[in-house]
Amino acid sequence: MIARWVRRKLEEKLRVSRWGLRKLDERLRIASVVREAVAKVFPDHWSFMLGEIALYAFVSLLLTGTFLAFFFDPSSGERIYAGDYAGLHNSRVSAAYASAVELSFDVRGGLLVRQTHHWAALIFVAAIVTHMLRNFFTGAFRRPRELNWIIGVTLLVLAIANGFAGYSLPDDLLSGTGLRIANSIALSMPIVGTWAAFLLFGGEFPGESIIPRLYILHVLLLPGLIAALIGAHMGILIRQKHTHFAGPGRNDHNVVGSKMWPTYAFRSFALLSALFAVTFALGGLVQINPVWLWGPFDPGTASAPAQPDWFMGWLEGALRLYPPIEFTVFGYLVPAPFVPGVLLPGLTFAIMYVWPWLDRLITKDRAAHHLLDRPRHSPARMAVGVWALSFYGLLLLAGSDDVLADLMGLPVLTVMKTMRIVVIVVPFLFAAAAYALARALRANPEQRLSGLRWKQIRKSDVVEEETRHGGS
Amino acid sequence: MITARRRAERGAAAAFGLTAVAGVFIGVVYVMGGNTALLGIGLAVAFASLAVGLALWAQHLLPERAYVEEREPAPSPPRLREALAAELNRDDRPLAQAPLPRRMLMLALAVLAVVAVFPVRSLLFRVRDPARALAETPWRAGARVVDDTGRRLRPADIPPGGMVTVYPDGHVGAADAMAVLVRVDPALLALPAGREGWNVDGLVCYSKLCTHAGCPVGLFVQTTSQLACPCHQSAFDVLRGAVPVAGPAARPLPQLPLGVGADGLLVARGGFTAPVGAGYWRRK
Repeated sequence: MIARWVRRKLEEKLRVSRWGLRKLDERLRIASVVREAVAKVFPDHWSFMLGEIALYAFVSLLLTGTFLAFFFDPSSGERIYAGDYAGLHNSRVSAAYASAVELSFDVRGGLLVRQTHHWAALIFVAAIVTHMLRNFFTGAFRRPRELNWIIGVTLLVLAIANGFAGYSLPDDLLSGTGLRIANSIALSMPIVGTWAAFLLFGGEFPGESIIPRLYILHVLLLPGLIAALIGAHMGILIRQKHTHFAGPGRNDHNVVGSKMWPTYAFRSFALLSALFAVTFALGGLVQINPVWLWGPFDPGTASAPAQPDWFMGWLEGALRLYPPIEFTVFGYLVPAPFVPGVLLPGLTFAIMYVWPWLDRLITKDRAAHHLLDRPRHSPARMAVGVWALSFYGLLLLAGSDDVLADLMGLPVLTVMKTMRIVVIVVPFLFAAAAYALARALRANPEQRLSGLRWKQIRKSDVVEEETRHGGS
Repeated sequence: MITARRRAERGAAAAFGLTAVAGVFIGVVYVMGGNTALLGIGLAVAFASLAVGLALWAQHLLPERAYVEEREPAPSPPRLREALAAELNRDDRPLAQAPLPRRMLMLALAVLAVVAVFPVRSLLFRVRDPARALAETPWRAGARVVDDTGRRLRPADIPPGGMVTVYPDGHVGAADAMAVLVRVDPALLALPAGREGWNVDGLVCYSKLCTHAGCPVGLFVQTTSQLACPCHQSAFDVLRGAVPVAGPAARPLPQLPLGVGADGLLVARGGFTAPVGAGYWRRK
């Protein structure tokens, strides 16, 4: 009986949605647009879900962030903390810090939402990076998708910037130290450095302006830009249609897979739900950024060990490893943080932006592609990618050199000096190995990495010559 | 016999049922006070079973076949492109036909664009000259040395091997004035030439801001007489004028000439030897 009732209700629902669609069509003539949208074909490969994870993490961030904004007070002005957390009872702290602790302990469900928000931010950037790596290693950035690659790199920059702005808001000791380092990095820029730092902070560090300024960046400007660029990113995706991997019946003139409705809609909602499940599980069960333990920001104190969120960790590592080298230009100082803090990220993102054109120089391939490469297809690209992954991964590791030293029972200076050599040498070794392996795999297309023999790696150049001659 | 389809239907239905149960659980937990871990578990179970149900549905209850969508070639066909070009040029190319107003319009927009950047300067409304603000601290000759509670200090207040964070009297908490007072064995002191008289019986005073990235140099390692920065592990040799001996810092901590007033209280005999904290372009 219940089943029949459910069925009748469902049929009613369907009638209602058809009725709604008809009314909309009478006014907006949307039948063909909607038909095209629900018939859109998505490729059936798991790696096409990575960008979606980023999108749904952003959805989670918007929902949880809106909740937090109702309770957070972005002000450096001091007041007495009068909430439930006994450890801070009656202490004089900034309104930002007090409200961050209050929304954790006094607002029902507040801690869950705050922690979920933070975890979702970590996943957001991680999903963007993973999505980008898939696009990199499969050559998805090639003509005609250069524009979407550029938008993607911009989204990564904005996501990192917004993550930094976000975790700096609670005005706790850890994030205050991060802001201090950011201030010093801004100061280190030649010519414009002092002005850049003073304009951003409204004066000398710490000042009273930075928290409200970061707030408006974090809740309006940056997420607005991110949302707009996600719109452009997906608009271009719909216009150009998805890429797909080679396979029977697949070529540069079609796209093969499942339709938006019903298959892909179900899958995608499943993914959205799974992502929410993971972020809520982490937010409810795994403590993150307990600002009440760090304590309020105090210009005279810094704690150790102190690590930023993972997406800033590579910069922290570079700052730690860069040797004490400063030079003067026409009598003006270029301080030590400039190279690791400004030049390194500047070059990193500049190279990412122009990569589609650099790749053209390497592969001599200017043609449009809708069929993806296998990662092995371009050993040079593979080498560059593996170099970058290991270089930035090792920098991230070096950002915790004090923790590392503690774990290994070594003096931190020994770890620092070793890491200085490791981050330079090891990525090149990895890149060379990746180059050789990619070549061997390319010469043996049916082979997997795990089944590769030493002989095949050694002989791959010979085989490659033969296949090239055989092919021509 | 249960078919695979029937099994999937039951599985999906059970999953959605679990979502509903978890939803009720979330509601109950919220009403009971909203325990963070229980709310998290409830939400995680609700969404996880929703994901499982939808995935089962997609996997087993929907027709499994590959669809093919043709791509339209990227440049529009020549006919359409020509039509666009004709449309753009139809009214005698309005911009090319009126060069004088066109140029003046460009000028007007360019001027507006330039002045639109000016309000950026308003972001800095308290300070006139950043480089000067960075170079100055409230330390003056004769400024009394106080600790972070404002108590005036005598040489005897700092025990051997001790470290105290100090400020000039009247400026407690001023970030750029923060300094450390350390007592070392006067016999071991090897301060740079000209600073021999800057200590009081082995008491020396340095800026507390690391010259690398401006973090407070909060650790005094007695055994090596080094001040260490917790941020990037720079270390400074207190005995030799706080020259950097490890880590990424390249410049010594600026020193404060120390003396004792007629009343027996510690005083500064001048400002720091150099601008404090992280380096910058116009740092002299």
